[in-house]
Amino acid sequence: MEYKDYYKTLGVSRQAKPEEIKRAYRKLARKYHPDVSKAADAEARFKEVQEAYAVLKNSEKRQAYDHLGADWKTGQDFRTPPNWAQGSTYRGDPSGAGAGGFSDFFETLFGGGYRSGPRRSYHGRGEDIHAKIQIPLEDTYHGTTRSLALQVPKLDAQGIPRVRKRHLNVHIPPGVRAGQHIRLAGQGGEGLGGGTRGDLYLEVQFMPHNLYRTEGRDVYLDLPITPWEAALGASVKAPTPGGVVDLKIPQNSGTGTKLRLKGRGIPGHPPGSLYVILQIALPPADTDKARAIYRTMREELAFNPRAHMGV
Amino acid sequence: MSQQTPDTLTGHILEDEVSLDAGELCRACRIRVEHIVVWVDAGVLEPSGGNPEDWRFGGDALARARKALSLERDLGINPAGVALALQLLEEIETLRTRLQALGF
Repeated sequence: MEYKDYYKTLGVSRQAKPEEIKRAYRKLARKYHPDVSKAADAEARFKEVQEAYAVLKNSEKRQAYDHLGADWKTGQDFRTPPNWAQGSTYRGDPSGAGAGGFSDFFETLFGGGYRSGPRRSYHGRGEDIHAKIQIPLEDTYHGTTRSLALQVPKLDAQGIPRVRKRHLNVHIPPGVRAGQHIRLAGQGGEGLGGGTRGDLYLEVQFMPHNLYRTEGRDVYLDLPITPWEAALGASVKAPTPGGVVDLKIPQNSGTGTKLRLKGRGIPGHPPGSLYVILQIALPPADTDKARAIYRTMREELAFNPRAHMGV
Repeated sequence: MSQQTPDTLTGHILEDEVSLDAGELCRACRIRVEHIVVWVDAGVLEPSGGNPEDWRFGGDALARARKALSLERDLGINPAGVALALQLLEEIETLRTRLQALGF
């Protein structure tokens, strides 16, 4: 397992006072909190910061950690010293366990709480489980069934939590939007001592799509059209998540013209709209014929798109 | 590793089809009802109904409450600060989607 330099993670010296450690933690926590930061690695960074703070804020844990010596570097191969946790310095404590998802290094040195001491036995409702599910946008138009594998903590016969894989087929209700939750009653953690099972909450996210963007129930599509379709009007085919539609382009449309297809957004009561944003695509002047046509336009059309700029 | 034959499960869209009472919200967030009362006072959550017994929370309250809880625990923000943080985060989120829709 790899050694973790908790002082380095928090950016404090080994002599830092508890207040300094707390300030450093708060600052980094604000920066990397997954509810605040959108950075891709925010969640992982935040976990590291939390792990470091879990050890350094607690004087017993910190002392035990300091006893490992100051010569270790993050990532170095580390083995638990033979006398670890035998002295009076530090024994795993069950309350430190809220930890879930910390490194092996942490779990080995400071976890272990579950095994030390008898497990409380009580009756209780099972835990609610929260998970995320990514679906293609098209799924919310038609509704579909997705299979997913969940990592679920489950107590084994000795009362030790172990992660199990559970496979589920979940019906995706039509009309579900990004950020919403599907609640599956009774599909959460098992109750203790005959308690009822918790619920499973799936937070829905759309997979990034190369054609569509969404805002609430509304869907946006950039549609390239030719200059003559824009100028003269036309009927063109356009893709939508619900299938191909015929779209009327009004005369004298331009780049950025927004056409609204009411009811073609994400289904619901009321359904959202599909906004088609027109983008004029210029035919390349890569043949003599094409160049001739552009020259004709230059000569025949008195067009100055910069007239309003006074030039 | 236990493998069971999966049945197809049908759930409900929390935000559209479900409303929660204070007890259900407490259970889902593993907090005490007093905590919810503090949040309602601070404007973190806005239920309908007058007394705590009559409160009904929209389905989106759960995501909000979970966010509020992690902000409180991880960053040490008080309830009024949480309400402000949530409001600002929502505004940022709206602006971000707008920017995206504009192609930035």
